[in-house]
Amino acid sequence: MGDWEGVRLHVVTGKGGTGKTTVAGALAMALAAGGRRVLVAEVEERQGLAQLFDVPPLSYEERRVASAPGGGEVYALAIDAREAMHEYLAMFYRLGRAGRALDKLGFVDFATTIAPGLRDVLLTGKAYEATRRRTADHHTYDAVVLDAPPTGRVVRFLDVTTSVSSLARVGPINRQANSITDLIHSPRTAVHVVTLLEDMPVQETADAVADLQAAHIPVGAVVVNQVRPPHLAARSLPAARRGRLDHEAVLAGLRAAGLPATDAVVALLTREAADHAERTALEKTQRALVDDLGRPVYELPRIADGIDPTALYELADALAEQGAV
Amino acid sequence: MNPGPRAARPPHFDVDRLIDDRRIRIVVTCGSGGVGKTTTAAAIALRAAERGRKAVVLTIDPARRLAQSMGLSELDNTPRAVKGVDGEAGGSLDAMMLDMKRTFDEVVEEHTTPERARQIRANPFYQALSSSFAGTQEYMAMEKLGQLRARPDWDLIVVDTPPSRSALDFLDAPERLGSFLDGRLIRLLGGTARAGGRTYLKVLHAGFNVVTSTLTKILGGELLKDVSTFVNALDTMFGGFRERAEQTYALLKRPETAFIVVAAPEHDALREASYFVDRLSRDAMPLAGLLLNRVHASGAAGIGAEQAVAAAERLESASDEDHVLTAALLRLHADRLKLATRDERIGERFSTTHPDVPVTRIPALAGDVHDLDGLRQIGALFDAG
Ligand SMILES: Nc1ncnc2c1ncn2[C@@H]1O[C@H](COP(=O)(O)OP(=O)(O)OP(=O)(O)O)[C@@H](O)[C@H]1O
Ligand SMILES: Nc1ncnc2c1ncn2[C@@H]1O[C@H](COP(=O)(O)OP(=O)(O)OP(=O)(O)O)[C@@H](O)[C@H]1O
Ligand SMILES: [Mg+2]
Ligand SMILES: [Mg+2]
Repeated sequence: MGDWEGVRLHVVTGKGGTGKTTVAGALAMALAAGGRRVLVAEVEERQGLAQLFDVPPLSYEERRVASAPGGGEVYALAIDAREAMHEYLAMFYRLGRAGRALDKLGFVDFATTIAPGLRDVLLTGKAYEATRRRTADHHTYDAVVLDAPPTGRVVRFLDVTTSVSSLARVGPINRQANSITDLIHSPRTAVHVVTLLEDMPVQETADAVADLQAAHIPVGAVVVNQVRPPHLAARSLPAARRGRLDHEAVLAGLRAAGLPATDAVVALLTREAADHAERTALEKTQRALVDDLGRPVYELPRIADGIDPTALYELADALAEQGAV
Repeated sequence: MNPGPRAARPPHFDVDRLIDDRRIRIVVTCGSGGVGKTTTAAAIALRAAERGRKAVVLTIDPARRLAQSMGLSELDNTPRAVKGVDGEAGGSLDAMMLDMKRTFDEVVEEHTTPERARQIRANPFYQALSSSFAGTQEYMAMEKLGQLRARPDWDLIVVDTPPSRSALDFLDAPERLGSFLDGRLIRLLGGTARAGGRTYLKVLHAGFNVVTSTLTKILGGELLKDVSTFVNALDTMFGGFRERAEQTYALLKRPETAFIVVAAPEHDALREASYFVDRLSRDAMPLAGLLLNRVHASGAAGIGAEQAVAAAERLESASDEDHVLTAALLRLHADRLKLATRDERIGERFSTTHPDVPVTRIPALAGDVHDLDGLRQIGALFDAG
């Protein structure tokens, strides 16, 4: 049993470039393991998921992109505001063809530009619909993972009631917004924040956690991404940082390993160790700030050769081992 | 594996020569998110000031600690002198942090009567537009640059660009916002359409009824009313928006401007850098060079990565406590070499497709950069890259 039993909508946010898309993909794989069906959706028209799963560009149709260990399946979807709007116009206003004709005038772009909140409702609305969709007598998807906008915009994105408060007070959009709001503020949703152990991403994580809590949106885990192996024992770090490692011992070690054992080599290794120790100290400070947030923390290793589908399995495993599923 | 043609070393990007060149009046740092635009903009401005220029840096969303160390905690949207700058060479440094809402207000105030300006500021649509619209930040950064350039106080303006996925946004967003404010649909809403040919008018009006009725259904009458009041209040300024954006754009094409593209040694960042470089050349905008930031380097110990790992494994399996430290150092060295090789290769790939773009590499510092000393340290590395 993982930490998020009962959660049906997993939202993944974080500062730009920290690994939201990667973590969303890995989490979907982890959740699907053991025969479940999971949808992962992106909302920023970037085709990040197609790249991640190494499949052709996604459209507004859900497509199977990977199989998880134990027979699970991961589906992916690129939610697009224009398509979502057409779906809307057709469904609620019977404006099928006319809706498309409006596009010639740049209607959807215009409407979502003057009312950015409309765009958010359309995007989250689609995710909401997928969470609730049923096939026969069960949910079509056991869970939905949303690769969401970055930290700075995520609360506005999720808090759709506020977004639509300036829009029509009645009508289907408003009803929809209310249902989305119910889901987003319920224990069936968890918003996970991805960070690196660096100043700005951690700061943004702390801000996002505070903002989410203030908006009564359930915060999930903090995922510390791209963690590098420690190598140097903790007790050696202070000396390493000051450049005071045992010169003779390193010389002897190099000799024992049959490597060039010169003072210059030792000096270089010592300098590199000092850098490493300084970085580690900085990361430790940042990690303490992350721990202070009081959320479950998962660490994902930095994959040296970059992310490919194999690496995704590895990251999914790491999440599972730490109790994410 | 076929190593392919060996990339020629790109020309060196001499940042010091650039900032010492008095003909250069504007330096813009561009690049995709998180690569170091703000840091390098501040470092360049500080170095220029300490080499004798009267510099001002326009930062956008700087990291909190960096902002504090530059005295930027006060958000009054005008440049303030930075304390702790060495003025020996006759230079000085002012810094400011962009407040986009305030800058927008200033534009409005400058172009209309106080009474109208008040109306506009009170309009809910304007409030959303000026504080949270995509593109507003870019537009206002350009606007502020134009304002700073019009003042005689500085001989060098260093401009940071907003955090954005795509570096191109800085060039495109103002135009996009301009054409939106100037666009057909919004003018129709304001009832101020001055459309061209008659057939066009007819088609547009037929479509327009559907547009307004659908918009009203979806967005509600109130928002549309706000938009239309806003449009009418702003009508006299409309031409102004485009024109201003165009003027600053023209400023960016002048030889007094130098674009510096910042990238981290990551595929995504360098792809963005490529797009941006190509765009600058297409638009005949002056590119000074590429700053490849946070590059990992390793000194030559004469020990290869594989060799280091193999040796570390040997030392570890001998389970000799004495050599634990050496084994760890060798593993660190191997990691670092791998990173360095990877960074090198990614950088080379850029230079293969853009052989004429001058490049300077800035090493990844162990700590982050959050005070003047850190900025100085980065500045000193411009030379070594
Ligand atoms: N654990 C990891 N190990 C190695 N590389 C990683 C890891 N996580 C992410 N990356 C790489 O970092 C880069 C950014 O990751 P990703 O695209 O997932 O971030 P993002 O937060 O979605 O970015 P954006 O804000 O641009 O949407 C990608 O190149 C990705 O392959
Ligand atoms: N050469 C470097 N070595 C180590 N750290 C660096 C280096 N350059 C920048 N940094 C750090 O990287 C982080 C991001 O830098 P910065 O804020 O300048 O990026 P940016 O491109 O302005 O980001 P954004 O797109 O979010 O505006 C900062 O914490 C900064 O201290
Ligand atoms: Mg992404
Ligand atoms: Mg910045």
